[in-house]
Amino acid sequence: MINTRSFFPVINRLNRNIHTSNVQNEIQKQTRLRVVDNSEIGKRAMAEGRPPKCIHVYNKTGVGRLGDKVLVAIKGEKKKGVLVGLKQNQKTKVPKFDSNNLVLIDDGGTPLGTRIHVPIPTVLRTILKEKTYAKGTDYTKLLGIASKFV
Amino acid sequence: MIVSTLKNVKLPNLYVRMLQRFASQANNPSPVDANKSLSEFRKVYVEFLPDPTVEFRNPIREKLERLDMLARRAHIDIPEFYVGSILAVTSSDPHSLGKTNRFVGICIKREGCGLRAKFILRNVIDHQGVEVLYEMYDPALQKIEVLRLEKRLDDELMYLRDALPEYSTFDINMEVEILPEGSPVPVNPLKVVLKPKPWLERWERQNLKGVEEFEVSPRDRERAEKVATPWLKYDLMKNYMKTIPEEEQSEIFNEIQAQLQQLELTRKKMKRKRSFVKPFKLG
Repeated sequence: MINTRSFFPVINRLNRNIHTSNVQNEIQKQTRLRVVDNSEIGKRAMAEGRPPKCIHVYNKTGVGRLGDKVLVAIKGEKKKGVLVGLKQNQKTKVPKFDSNNLVLIDDGGTPLGTRIHVPIPTVLRTILKEKTYAKGTDYTKLLGIASKFV
Repeated sequence: MIVSTLKNVKLPNLYVRMLQRFASQANNPSPVDANKSLSEFRKVYVEFLPDPTVEFRNPIREKLERLDMLARRAHIDIPEFYVGSILAVTSSDPHSLGKTNRFVGICIKREGCGLRAKFILRNVIDHQGVEVLYEMYDPALQKIEVLRLEKRLDDELMYLRDALPEYSTFDINMEVEILPEGSPVPVNPLKVVLKPKPWLERWERQNLKGVEEFEVSPRDRERAEKVATPWLKYDLMKNYMKTIPEEEQSEIFNEIQAQLQQLELTRKKMKRKRSFVKPFKLG
């Protein structure tokens, strides 16, 4: 009896991926995200099992919501990205996803990849349009590479 | 009873109304039939029953809500569906002008009553699990279709989130599966295979019927046994407080029965109209 008890935590720890922390329902600093575009750096990071980690959320609350810009640490680099799907409970008619999805962009708002391979919520059309203003970052560019809207 | 009738005799207006009620009862089918329809109504129109929590009860609000629900049902066909049925919801999309958004998925949860009735649809699209919460009486909904009417072994299918993705994958272009008229709602005895831990909830504690046997560490099993409350289903008082008494239910459904039946008739007519399907080219 005592033996099995002392053994189980060891086995559990061996089974788990040591590099990944649990998926969190709220995007904040240290949250692991999933890159869903086909950018080279994003694809390699996901394939290696070292998903990007959020190191800053560009809003006043520090909690990332749908369409927010975040700074991520990915393969030893700092990249910016937009949240395009969250695990968090959403309002009615806004889809909730099984993972926290991210699309990498550069400073001008141009996505690093050429295609997003998961559906993205239609609300983003409105949200990103509201965030875009003249001479600022053009977030709506990433809507052009989306494959499907839900 | 006698007292109330005596009171009514004194007031001619009420007396007339009583007589009318008796007359309408005579025209109506036998009480056995009425009971049968009551049990059907209870299952099909769950959201017409108010929340049994005492603090939330408010007869006037409930009545007004019921009227609003009927008014909405006159505009949109809200069909009978259960947790486990596959639905397609078409809603107007304010984010892309003049377009609609159609989402197909399995209903994994139904909650709320009155105008606040909600349901969650789940589907896996492009290997990505997606869930959408809809309000049943949302004016933005344009169409609710039931593609496959069936029940599952459990009242809630939240465990599909932790199950293998093939159990919540449904084709977006699925066609409506028509059941023969008058047949009971089939129960799908499908048992789902869960992914290994970590899970979103402690499924070993929830006594799930629609899940294949899964491995649990002895420690978790012990804990599940320790916190289990198998005696609660015998707690009559608790069950009573969790439900609306039958008299009250029949009162509610008698009030709206006529309109509901009218709506059902129009729905049947529409169905007959739709029965001819124009052939379309493949490929």
